[in-house]
Amino acid sequence: MKKLLLASAATVALAGSAFAEAHGDVKLGVILGFTGPIESLTPAMAAGAEQAMSEVSESGKFMGGKSITSVRADSTCVDSAAASAAAERLITSDGVSGIVGADCSGVTTAILTNVAVANGMVMISPSATSPALSDVEDNGLFFRTSPSDARQGQVMTEVIMDRDIKSVAITYTNNDYGKGLADAFQSSFEAAGGTVTISAAHEDGKADYSAEVGALAAAGGDVLVVVGYLDQGGKGVIEGSLDSGAFDTFVLSDGMVGDSLPEAIGSDLNGSFGQAPGTDSEGAAMLNDLMADVDASAPYVAESYDAAALIALAMQAADSTDPSVYKEKIMDVANAPGEKIMPGELGKALEIIAGGGDVDYVGGSNVELIGAGESAGSYREIEIKDGALSTVGFR
Amino acid sequence: MELLNAFILLSNFVLVPAIAYGSQLALGALGVTLIYGILRFSNFAHGDTMAFGAMVTILFTWWFQSMGISIDPLPTALLALPFGILCCIGFVLATDRIVYRFYRRQKAAPVIFLIASMGVMFVTNGIVRFIIGPNDQQFADGERFIVKARTFKQMTGLEEGLSFKVSQGITVVTAILVVIALFWFLNRTRTGKSMRAYSDNEDLALLSGINPDKVVMVAWIIAATLATIAGTLYGLDKSFKPFTYLQLLLPIFAAAIVGGLGSPIGAIAGGFVIAFSEIMVTYAYKKFIAYLVPESWEPDTLVQLLSTDYKFAVSFMILLLVLLFRPTGIFAGKSV
Repeated sequence: MKKLLLASAATVALAGSAFAEAHGDVKLGVILGFTGPIESLTPAMAAGAEQAMSEVSESGKFMGGKSITSVRADSTCVDSAAASAAAERLITSDGVSGIVGADCSGVTTAILTNVAVANGMVMISPSATSPALSDVEDNGLFFRTSPSDARQGQVMTEVIMDRDIKSVAITYTNNDYGKGLADAFQSSFEAAGGTVTISAAHEDGKADYSAEVGALAAAGGDVLVVVGYLDQGGKGVIEGSLDSGAFDTFVLSDGMVGDSLPEAIGSDLNGSFGQAPGTDSEGAAMLNDLMADVDASAPYVAESYDAAALIALAMQAADSTDPSVYKEKIMDVANAPGEKIMPGELGKALEIIAGGGDVDYVGGSNVELIGAGESAGSYREIEIKDGALSTVGFR
Repeated sequence: MELLNAFILLSNFVLVPAIAYGSQLALGALGVTLIYGILRFSNFAHGDTMAFGAMVTILFTWWFQSMGISIDPLPTALLALPFGILCCIGFVLATDRIVYRFYRRQKAAPVIFLIASMGVMFVTNGIVRFIIGPNDQQFADGERFIVKARTFKQMTGLEEGLSFKVSQGITVVTAILVVIALFWFLNRTRTGKSMRAYSDNEDLALLSGINPDKVVMVAWIIAATLATIAGTLYGLDKSFKPFTYLQLLLPIFAAAIVGGLGSPIGAIAGGFVIAFSEIMVTYAYKKFIAYLVPESWEPDTLVQLLSTDYKFAVSFMILLLVLLFRPTGIFAGKSV
């Protein structure tokens, strides 16, 4: 009886995969923190990635008419064990051919080293920005459409120095992203002749930030550099600082830039400034037109779209969904030479590749992969005026 | 003058925030301690009950705001609070009926109740996110400050400012009122006395004709009321986000255990012990000392006992010490 059950189960499993094969479904995993500290950002990011997938499927030109389906999984942003288990499930049970994700730097590193490298799976992260990921051992499987924070640290230094501010206090969210960017910024700022009075961590999602604000206020500084998340501890520290009069002006890292921050805090935030990945290329606007229900200018939505698009184009270029084969093609489709591809033109790109041509994917975030496969990074400098974000320039 | 500056500095960054935070923790810990006293288990769902009550209050607040009802300069949420409390009571009684009553009839061990309450916690958490979403919600309106740091500086001519928020004032006043009402209820009314009797010795209380179902029901009603008040006040002072209420559970439990589980006075004391220790131990006293000593003695370092990274280690160190040397808590509650 047991053998019979086993045999029939095996038959069903085989038939299942044969069925999928015949219908030409390619599955891509989308592993983002749908629960946890950045759960308010991830639905839009996933929608971005799935927009690219449906565009590819609907074009009918992907690998001879195959379609791409998305399988979502929860990275939790903070729990490495849960994220690794979810990624394991995507690969072994759902049988995905590539992964868009993960989001936060810590879980991305965990998934990459524990699961992706071991299974030879390609990962393209839209939002992991820790400098440590630049030289992690990845067998050429890891890419990101977001720039390393080493670059953001330099940009932030320039932004602050241009305003003639020489003394700052730093508070950062206590994770790989926060620590990495805070350290990168501190060394770059001190090299440029500035002083950092204190660099103190805060935990996200905690009940109270009075202690952190007290310590930062005691150390002093002209402005407070906040490296964190806009709906988490970063916001808590800013509110506490404004309430107690500790700081008036804040420098915001990319995780802090979003409309909800000035909306929540109001006019007190006027004069604060910062930077977030962004370009003045037309790609961002085109993506915004493309996506009806989702605000494509929300953080990392364009990067998510680009990550999924790059996987599809690389598969097309390699004519294979085997990660060990198409991983070689990702840099080719992302960079020059070739026809420039904007959001909404994925069908055209697939056709060019099928015809043996070259493409240079630009996408919603002006993708240009450098080094070990990370975005070169252009940043949008923002300032808060009249209670709203306004773009000052691009760097 | 220097002395006054030093005192204002300390009040602004240590005393005022710690008192407000302590009151929030105390209100939460009271609910936990009450359930522990009557039903004899640690209710892990309390943080999310707070979130549920606060959510209903917020929904009513928005409704009132859309109709233009307000009690300026006080926040509209205070007006919506009674409705939030009623809904939360209904929700909690329903959970008791569906989940806990079954285990009570089985005479299940406390640890089974505890695990069941974790299940309730996750379900409540899901319901709250499902209804209001995982995002931050703003619902505070009315005047924001009683005294603003900048105005205070101009008024007094001192170098240091002192700010006192309306939400902090409301929190402290409400906490005092609620605690007085609770103590009056427990010590002066018949139901309150029967609850204390039930908590002290269940068998004896049953023999003397106390209706256990009623005691349990009243305990849940009070716990839901406290949870909604604490949740709403916390949301007013900081902001409402379902995820933080889950995180709030840890300091609340620390407060209840430090004070002595089952002891209402202990819960209040515990709340303030945790809040003050978190903030005082990690405060950088550099500026404070600079005001007090001659200029040449001014410290170069931050004079910080522990970095703020260790804030939570502080409350748990206190918890450990209390459990080691006084396992029943400061105010001799039940041992855990």
